[in-house]
Amino acid sequence: MTDIATTPAVARTARSEAMRRALFRFRQSKLSIVGAVMVFLVLFFTAFGGLLAPYPEHVAGGVDTANRFLAPSVGHPFGTNELGQDVLSLVMAGTTVSVAAGFAVVLIGTLIGTTVGAIAGFNGGWIDEVLMRLSDLMLTIPGLILAMAVAAALGPGFVNMILAISLSWWPGYARLVRGEVISAREEVYVSAARAIGASPARVLFRHILPNIVSPVIVKMSLDMGFAILTVAALGFIGIGVRPPTPEWGTLLSISRSYMPDFWWTAIFPGLAMFLAVFGFNLLGDGLRDVLDPRARR
Amino acid sequence: MTSPLLEIRNLHLSMTSFEGSAHVLAGIDLTVNRREIWGLVGETGCGKSLTGLSVSRLVPSPPAQYLDGAICLDGTDVLALSDREMQALRGKRIGMIFQDPTTNLNPAFRIGTQLIDVALAAAVRDPAVLDLGPKAGRGERHRAARALAIRMLEEVGIPNAAARVDDYPHQFSGGMRQRVLIAMALIGRPNLLIADEPTTALDVSVQAQILKLLKQMVVDHDMGVVLITHNLGVVAQTCSHVAVMYAGTIVESGPVRAVLDRPTHPYTKALLDAIPARNVQRGALRGLPGSVPNLITPPPGCRFAQRCPLAQPSCTQKPPHKVAVEAGHMVACPVATQALENANA
Amino acid sequence: MLEIQGVTRVFPARRGMFGQGAEVRALTDVTLSIREGESFGLVGESGSGKTTLTRQILRLDTPTSGIIRFEGKDMATLSPAALRALRAQIQIVFQDPYASLNPRMSVHDIVTEPMLIHRDLLGLNRRQRTDRATELLDLVGLGPQHLYRYPHEFSGGQRQRICIARALAPGPRLILLDEPTSALDVSVQAQVLNLLIDLQKRLNLTYFFISHDLGVIRYICDRVALIYRGEIVEKGDTRSVFDAPQSDYARELLAAMPEVRVPD
Repeated sequence: MTDIATTPAVARTARSEAMRRALFRFRQSKLSIVGAVMVFLVLFFTAFGGLLAPYPEHVAGGVDTANRFLAPSVGHPFGTNELGQDVLSLVMAGTTVSVAAGFAVVLIGTLIGTTVGAIAGFNGGWIDEVLMRLSDLMLTIPGLILAMAVAAALGPGFVNMILAISLSWWPGYARLVRGEVISAREEVYVSAARAIGASPARVLFRHILPNIVSPVIVKMSLDMGFAILTVAALGFIGIGVRPPTPEWGTLLSISRSYMPDFWWTAIFPGLAMFLAVFGFNLLGDGLRDVLDPRARR
Repeated sequence: MTSPLLEIRNLHLSMTSFEGSAHVLAGIDLTVNRREIWGLVGETGCGKSLTGLSVSRLVPSPPAQYLDGAICLDGTDVLALSDREMQALRGKRIGMIFQDPTTNLNPAFRIGTQLIDVALAAAVRDPAVLDLGPKAGRGERHRAARALAIRMLEEVGIPNAAARVDDYPHQFSGGMRQRVLIAMALIGRPNLLIADEPTTALDVSVQAQILKLLKQMVVDHDMGVVLITHNLGVVAQTCSHVAVMYAGTIVESGPVRAVLDRPTHPYTKALLDAIPARNVQRGALRGLPGSVPNLITPPPGCRFAQRCPLAQPSCTQKPPHKVAVEAGHMVACPVATQALENANA
Repeated sequence: MLEIQGVTRVFPARRGMFGQGAEVRALTDVTLSIREGESFGLVGESGSGKTTLTRQILRLDTPTSGIIRFEGKDMATLSPAALRALRAQIQIVFQDPYASLNPRMSVHDIVTEPMLIHRDLLGLNRRQRTDRATELLDLVGLGPQHLYRYPHEFSGGQRQRICIARALAPGPRLILLDEPTSALDVSVQAQVLNLLIDLQKRLNLTYFFISHDLGVIRYICDRVALIYRGEIVEKGDTRSVFDAPQSDYARELLAAMPEVRVPD
């Protein structure tokens, strides 16, 4: 009944038309715009946080014991910590580590998960059975415990931490991609491709995978927040990034002993984390409305 | 003289999307009396479904906005009613049947349960539906509703209804499900039935049975029907009257044989020429070149003018007036009606 | 040209959660032969086995028993390479023009894909493929300006034209038309039917036309077969089947057919 309303406008090119539609739908939700702005800020600090920090020497590990535990002021808007370091500088620089780690986790998880899910969904049969039971097995192990085990085996550190979290991250993507591949496999255009003689690889890479990109991107955006949280959680319990490299979880972990008197040392890293996670979630919801309108509500 | 069952007067409706506001219904006039089956035909996007949905106010608003006009049901303008009053009117006065019989029944509940729910809800508004006094107890009402459900299933031709009332929807075939939906639509004894493509998803032989049933129900229940369809064959088989729609306007309407045997509007003629009827030689069918105008910036005059073989410069000036070419047979094309007059003179 | 001999397809019983289901006989002893250059119609209602039969012909599925020969060669005995070559000869147009085009591919990519897949057979380089795609679009009544657009920008009728162009791309001789106009409005249907008739004359194509719409079949087909519950119940020249149906099923179908004009 809305056919009239969707009559294609003639003169515009496909891509700009699609972009305009997407933007229109995205703008329908104020919250997605807020999310996009927050994510933009987070990404900005990821790129330039270390450079813009007012006290770069503190970021590098320098201390200033004369100015310990200064309350927020004009010189130190977020105050200083137990070593006299500027909390604002640490939080800004910490963005890089947290977001980069979160992004790496999501990316590796997506790569492994998509590969496994696509193979399982496309082939079906015993291959599907084996791969999906494997991913179920991975899902039964709590991510944090697995990460602690990996840290115990390989030692703590940035790369090990990312690997450890990624290991528990991919099954979600495998399940999503498998389901999407199975339903896309039944599409008429896939039958059409098979009827013109397309090889299985061509069917998978040209006809199925491009059509399931949207839900994967949405999940990646929603997951970014959780990945950042998980990275911070590992930092908090002390098996992630080690000081002096600033990282939100580690900052929180150290400053918790100085609560509530020197509250600024904990509040500001916590707030940064909150904003980043919230921003990615809002953006993810907005993207879902744009890319995958069926899944709404 | 009582007021007609349904009278749509000069209905204008716009729909807003991100491309702008489209004028999707532009001055619809339609009068349906009891025992009349009106076929509302037209191609995709002509606004036939929107017209049907407007009668029971099921068009979501926004994005829809009624700009002008009235929809009177026994003299009451439904567009002026509150949501609560409208809710009471639906089901009791207006029955609706939709295209896909598979998605309009809840697969998790028995057919009987779904019919009984509808019957009980209808009885809240009008106790006469169950034929019980106002003081009847719960159990009594339920028994009466169940009996009514079985009676309705029998009426729509479900064999062994007393046993099948406890079946689930998946145990019924497509045609049987559509019969169940007709039973459900009729359970509240509506005066008006709106059937939106009720047989499009069905096979030809089943379609014929359902249409026959529909005709029988009109007589039995003294109803009026608006049958929305894209299939002129279905109209010819079933309807007493027909209104042909194009791009949000009714271009020709009247008694079914008058319109189909003596089509006057060029669009009606084009539609009929496009049907592969008997004795049409291969290659002799005529399609309609061009496409429907953009309704965001509709042409100021006749909306069919761009594709019309008879178009004159004057056609693009102002919307055409409807003229009666014979009793009840209205045509919105001054060029065609003038030509007809000249030929008769 | 295409011979279908005693084809039966039985789908084995599925063992479900609640015990064993019954096996499904989708096709029973179907025998048809389609001559070069004709339009052969297959009429049946939903679930009658029409689609299962097309899947056998395209070899997307294998019959339980029976033989399908294309130009005298048994399709079951072909080598994979020969089967691939055969795929270029037999093409299909599906019912739903909205679902049968990959939404992420441009018209150019859609129409050139069969040429890319069968490039060893057709020997066209990239430039030639694009040229041929433009020719094909012209043949089905679309213009070069449509080449780099995406499916969602087209109406149902235009999409079906794209599907036809794609089917013509590898230079087929037989085209299966699986309800190609059922999803279209009548005025568009008339255009597409006329296009098909025109293409058949120009390119010497053979059509296997599947539909539940008797009017369309009567308009376009030379011969027709009626399928009911997986069995062919009647076949013959279109005229004689429509004028003097032999089987009860054919009579029932014809009686139910909604005609616009009352027979005089």
